[in-house]
Amino acid sequence: MRIDNEMKLEFLSKSQNESFARSVVAAFIAQLDPTIDELADVKTAVSEAVTNAIIHGYECQNGHVTIVSKIMGRTVEIEIKDYGKGIENIDLARQPLYTSKPELERSGMGFTVMETFMDNVEVDSQPGMGTTIRLIKTFKSM
Amino acid sequence: MNVGFDFINNKLLIRIDGDIDHHTCDEIRSRIDNEIMRRNPKNIIFDMKNVNFMDSSGIGVIIGRYKLIIDKGGLAAMINVKPPIKRVYDICGLKKIIPIYENENQAIQKI
Repeated sequence: MRIDNEMKLEFLSKSQNESFARSVVAAFIAQLDPTIDELADVKTAVSEAVTNAIIHGYECQNGHVTIVSKIMGRTVEIEIKDYGKGIENIDLARQPLYTSKPELERSGMGFTVMETFMDNVEVDSQPGMGTTIRLIKTFKSM
Repeated sequence: MNVGFDFINNKLLIRIDGDIDHHTCDEIRSRIDNEIMRRNPKNIIFDMKNVNFMDSSGIGVIIGRYKLIIDKGGLAAMINVKPPIKRVYDICGLKKIIPIYENENQAIQKI
């Protein structure tokens, strides 16, 4: 599919960058004139993926998170990448209520929220190499 | 991030102002827990009027406070929940444990 627009963002894995990251992505996709609900869905899904990179990928140590977002027609693809710990068992990580850090009072609903709010969620991960989460959503026609 | 409190009829109203995400949840959690310890309320009511964003980190905080209060024999409720917050609330199954009421008066009467 033809890429109509693309942006790349890179930031340190600090929790204060979570709102920055989701706001930047929301500002980028605003050119597609999504509904308020669609915009809120994407912001929430991005927040979940970035939070996962910070808490699980880097276990709250410093590292870099990159976001590449592409617009293709009415479809937006957002790739959130870390170079951290990686996920041993992706199927388990995607289970509702599963958390590898129960001591942190996590809800274990991050992937479920991403899957519900986006049309498609793809996860590539290798232990020791990092994780890439690809979020895809097509906005309804204007 | 600001968290305000009111104490009415042995119920603690928790007025959260701002986004609830992983970055803000530690502060929100400790402010609420300190207030629960200090006041020892029977029930808690989350006023979400000034919350425009919440992700699953926020759900973790809400469920954690819910557990605190039911362990003491109390109940939790939410008021003034905006549509994006309601979507996350629904997906995470919170409606089974924390009812939403239209407004403060209704919540105070019901729980």
